[in-house]
Amino acid sequence: MQKKFFAFVLVVVSLALALSVSAQEPEPIKIGFISTLSGPGSALGVDALDGFNLAIQHLGGEMGGRPVEVIVRDDTQNPDVGLQAAVELLEAEKVDFMTGIIFSNIMLAVGTPVFESETFYISLNAGPSQYAGAGCNPFFFNVAWQNDNLHEAMGKYVNDQGFDNVFILAPDYPAGRDALTGFKRFYTGNLADEVYTAVNQLDFAVEIELIRAAAPDAVFTFQPGGSGINFIKQYSEAGLLAEIPLFLPGFSADQDVIRAVGAPMEGLFNSSHWALELDNEANVRFTSGFALEFERTPTIYAQQGYDAAMLIASAVEAVGGDLSDKDAVRAALEAADFESTRGDFAFNNNHYPIQDYYLRQVVRNESGDLYNQLIGVIFEDHQDAYHEQCTME
Amino acid sequence: MTPTLIVAQILNGVQLGLMLFLLAAGLTLIFGIMDMINLAHGSLYMIGAYLTATVTSATGSFFLGVGAAIIGTALIGMALEMSVLRQLYKRDHLSQVLATFGIILIVNEIVRMIWGAQPVLLNAPEVLSGPVEIVPGFRYPAFRLFLIGVGIAVALLLFFIVNRTRVGMWVRAGASNREMAQAMGVRIKLLFTLIFGLGAALCAVAGALLGPILSVQVGMGESILILAFVVIVIGGIGSIKGALIGALLVGIVDTAGRALLPLILRDLLGRDAATNIGGALASVLIYLLMALVLFWKPEGLFPARS
Repeated sequence: MQKKFFAFVLVVVSLALALSVSAQEPEPIKIGFISTLSGPGSALGVDALDGFNLAIQHLGGEMGGRPVEVIVRDDTQNPDVGLQAAVELLEAEKVDFMTGIIFSNIMLAVGTPVFESETFYISLNAGPSQYAGAGCNPFFFNVAWQNDNLHEAMGKYVNDQGFDNVFILAPDYPAGRDALTGFKRFYTGNLADEVYTAVNQLDFAVEIELIRAAAPDAVFTFQPGGSGINFIKQYSEAGLLAEIPLFLPGFSADQDVIRAVGAPMEGLFNSSHWALELDNEANVRFTSGFALEFERTPTIYAQQGYDAAMLIASAVEAVGGDLSDKDAVRAALEAADFESTRGDFAFNNNHYPIQDYYLRQVVRNESGDLYNQLIGVIFEDHQDAYHEQCTME
Repeated sequence: MTPTLIVAQILNGVQLGLMLFLLAAGLTLIFGIMDMINLAHGSLYMIGAYLTATVTSATGSFFLGVGAAIIGTALIGMALEMSVLRQLYKRDHLSQVLATFGIILIVNEIVRMIWGAQPVLLNAPEVLSGPVEIVPGFRYPAFRLFLIGVGIAVALLLFFIVNRTRVGMWVRAGASNREMAQAMGVRIKLLFTLIFGLGAALCAVAGALLGPILSVQVGMGESILILAFVVIVIGGIGSIKGALIGALLVGIVDTAGRALLPLILRDLLGRDAATNIGGALASVLIYLLMALVLFWKPEGLFPARS
């Protein structure tokens, strides 16, 4: 009898404890963050994660009155590994949101199970054309850009500058194809050649000699992460940088590349949807906070990570922390009611941004360090080329 | 297709081939003499690159970095042989593959713990960072020219060691008939450790020289190890000469595939189709070469035991 009573008390006490714990501490918002955190593309994932965490820190670790738990997985830039991590986060961790993927081929591998489980994916980087047109999805949002956009901006700039024999090259994967498609959409001159390199290629000796032989009046290339670092280093070592101007999207000329390549980067023009000097409150908070916390200049990946967290927070706030009504969450995300570090920001019908695109140039600041200076606007309120095909059925 | 482009691409092919030779030479000796499949060969290459990067950034001298990496990697290689690999000589190939694959995983994790998951920066030395004008109007990156020079020098040194020295005689004896060499009084144990140290040192040279062109990162050894195996299969197991010829073949075929194939396909199929399949076809070309060699000469081009 006494034993039974004791057990009963124990149950009551533990129940009470459990209830009081849950009363004090609401269930955390779980965000699955799959990104490339090792290998040649890791600088991108690390910056995105740092930017994301900085935003969580600025939010006081809370969204809509609930604590935030970020569960991080490394995809090692391998679609299979990314897919495994996604399935684990969806089924075992039951995450509320997913984000983080840098590379479009991994995004395309992970997309299906995420959408099937009706989990919102907020892309902070990968913006494949496949998800922008007919294949757009109610559970997919891209808070960065559509893959073509930065290349479209550079295509327009190179075209406006009067170049009419350009050699273009990109890696042979979805974002590489999108890149050159985007460039060609606004560049109308002659193509000296169009070359697709291997994904993650690190040695460009063959392509660089092809460029030298083709003698174009400009070169445009999109090479992400370590490939971009190597391409520019080798292009410079071959003596071509001084002879044939090189134009790049922001991805291939950002702070991660500048840090690794150094002096040869000076003077290079590139395109971006954001710039360090953009004068708005959110950007000042982000850039100064990032420099203070991580002691380096943020890249677009860090900026995209920061904005992705702020977007998620705005939606969670709008629904008062209650994520059970998916339609309400979607409406809140679509409203994009957050202060973006790039100033004006709105979602298109396909959940991709409508925003401005800028021209930047790598220059030295007062202390002699290289950074990307804002030069001017290339596109205003630019939309991607696929949004009309999106029905979002 | 201008003559300068062809010469430049041949130089690229030779450069790639010579670097592959540095890896394949060690691999083929170990495979040929000890009958040991050592998948961890690529890990030594990675260790060499990391040591170079670390010593280079600490001292500011790339050449000091290379020297330190050669000595360090050779010592690590010999320690590995004496502690673990020695136990595997008598086992079958499957055990060797499993055990050395395990070593790859362990070494990758150790490197990740010491240096982190992100690539380590290693730049070509300042004096070699520009192009050189070989003949007027023909310029080529100085560092790649340096790689070719070092590759040729190492190949010559290796030929001298193998063909003109006593140790080399033991190596050749061991490669063509291990039991007989042992019966004739060759100190096999010592010889094996020495060969392993030599193989590791060559790995370090390759890692140090390719580090600035490729990337010093965890897992860098695996992708190149596959190419090195293709080289020794083509060249014939156990033969230094085979490794050299095989490596140059692979280097030139790979380069020619990437440089010429898209052009040829464009004439045949038009630009779009050529762009679509050119890259894929170029990447399988060396495996096609390997298949052809195996078909005509199953032992490789210059087998040590014939």
